[in-house]
Amino acid sequence: MSSAPALRGPGGAWLPGPWRGDGEPRFRRVAALGGVYSNHIALRRALEDARDRKVDAVICLGDLGAFGPHPDRTAALIRENEIPVVRGNYDDSIARELEDCQCGYTDPKDNHYARISYEYTLANTSREYRRWMGSFPSTLRFRVGETRVLAFHGSPRRMNEFLWETTTPTHFLDGMAREHDAELLLGTHTGIHWSRSLTGGGSYVNAGALGRPANDGLTEVWYVILEAAGAGVAHEFVPVAYDHEALAMEMQEEGLPAKFVETILTGWWTTCLEVLPGKERSRGRW
Amino acid sequence: MTRIELAVLDAPEEPRHQAAPSVGLESLDELWFQVSGTVCNLRCSHCFISCSPENHSFWLMTREEVATALEASVELGVKEYYFTGGEPFMNREMEEILGDTLAIGPATVLTNATLMPERRAWALAELAERSPYTLELRVSLDGVTKEMNDALRGEGAFERCMDGVEKLVKVGFLPIITCMRSWPEERTEGYLDDFGDLLAGIGYDRPRVKILPPLLIGEEAKRTRGYEETERITHEMLHGFDLSQLLCTRARLVTARGVYACPILLDSPSARVGETLAEGAESDVLLGESACFTCYMSGAICSNTSASQGADR
Repeated sequence: MSSAPALRGPGGAWLPGPWRGDGEPRFRRVAALGGVYSNHIALRRALEDARDRKVDAVICLGDLGAFGPHPDRTAALIRENEIPVVRGNYDDSIARELEDCQCGYTDPKDNHYARISYEYTLANTSREYRRWMGSFPSTLRFRVGETRVLAFHGSPRRMNEFLWETTTPTHFLDGMAREHDAELLLGTHTGIHWSRSLTGGGSYVNAGALGRPANDGLTEVWYVILEAAGAGVAHEFVPVAYDHEALAMEMQEEGLPAKFVETILTGWWTTCLEVLPGKERSRGRW
Repeated sequence: MTRIELAVLDAPEEPRHQAAPSVGLESLDELWFQVSGTVCNLRCSHCFISCSPENHSFWLMTREEVATALEASVELGVKEYYFTGGEPFMNREMEEILGDTLAIGPATVLTNATLMPERRAWALAELAERSPYTLELRVSLDGVTKEMNDALRGEGAFERCMDGVEKLVKVGFLPIITCMRSWPEERTEGYLDDFGDLLAGIGYDRPRVKILPPLLIGEEAKRTRGYEETERITHEMLHGFDLSQLLCTRARLVTARGVYACPILLDSPSARVGETLAEGAESDVLLGESACFTCYMSGAICSNTSASQGADR
């Protein structure tokens, strides 16, 4: 297992410890990040950025591995900083050593590259981290100010459900918020950040992904900050510029597909495109 | 019309229906509309519900009928809307219907693209532009050559379809080309490359292509073969099976003549699950039809890939 030093603030541990107690923890300002996909360089940069923004908690929305190099480096950063994680489909597959990543792809072209990524990640995740991933809960509840937040990977009902901006009706999210007694639904899985105010006064926030760019031709990756604002909550999507060329080099050294490297260097998705709805696909290059 | 329907409903059930397992609706994620009934401008030799210009067993739906179901769907938490037929654009109110739908959610139209004058392509592009939701055009093209396609879809269908696809691409759509696999499975990859070349030739350089397994019912059963008696879903087959792979656990089809469990089973009286959407959502579905076997083996082939289902939490 490779190790990564914990990020410590000047006064010692700056990130909150593990989820303690039975009640819903309450925070003022929370950083939520997901879809790390083994991008340990962007993860470190995002954690530093969150520290500078004086968040009082960081939560990870799952999928530590996939796509990028050296999955243990990402796992070490998350674990040593005691960041709570909700289970993503990748974490679930790696923990249980399943045959595939459960990404939810159905097209052969998507599945071809998903398989390369999964086989590499499974082979390079240490047994200790695999076991640890098996302990991730499927959801976490907390409050930002007064607002009740439900965090999950894909959706509260299905870990690998895609909630794309252009295929997810507001009334569908309204029903989900009601059913799960939450005022803010917080997820990832699609890899593209977006948000929507719901009819009943709640909101849905998709934190996007730290692992690869948002298919917009920019190399930055994204996370989100939630902050108590009056009786409600405000959110800000944060772009993370990082040494993407260093990541690309590591990926090449590890023999990962050139198409994956191209995405990191150009900001355009090159694989697993068939699962995109038409509108999201049109905005990309491929 | 009522008399025929009663006669069909009163028909005694076949023995296999009694032995078949049944499933309920887990959540109504997809709402399908038989928006042009069984009326189609083409007469394909593999149509699983034998649609044609003269098949009026299911009539066109009115904008008002669709609107009533759309209204009910909001409370039921529907995620995606699909429009099928027949040929949906045989319905003169189709553009208005899509406008109503795109105001509340994403819409997919299963079309042969042969009724696609430039004016319509532009009108659809405008509807898509105005909505926060995606409008998907799923175009049936059953071969990479005129000979291959027209053998199934009729003389001239290839050229008219390619012309429709070209117009859709020109106004900014990325239509999903769907093709029934009429070849041995191992040749699919080669055909996908051929589709790529064919579509690049009309300016569609990043085509989305969806290959579907054949459904051995309707005209296709006459053209090739029907299902074997052993090709049925049994109780044992459902042990440990992810039920979300079966479309009827998360979808219903609204028609001008009641609600059905599945868009494939329009000709099966046992698949009619109610008069209204609320009734249809409450009813269990008997997996007694032979086509259920294809859904079981291939997994809800009718949905778009962006709606794919997978592991439970």
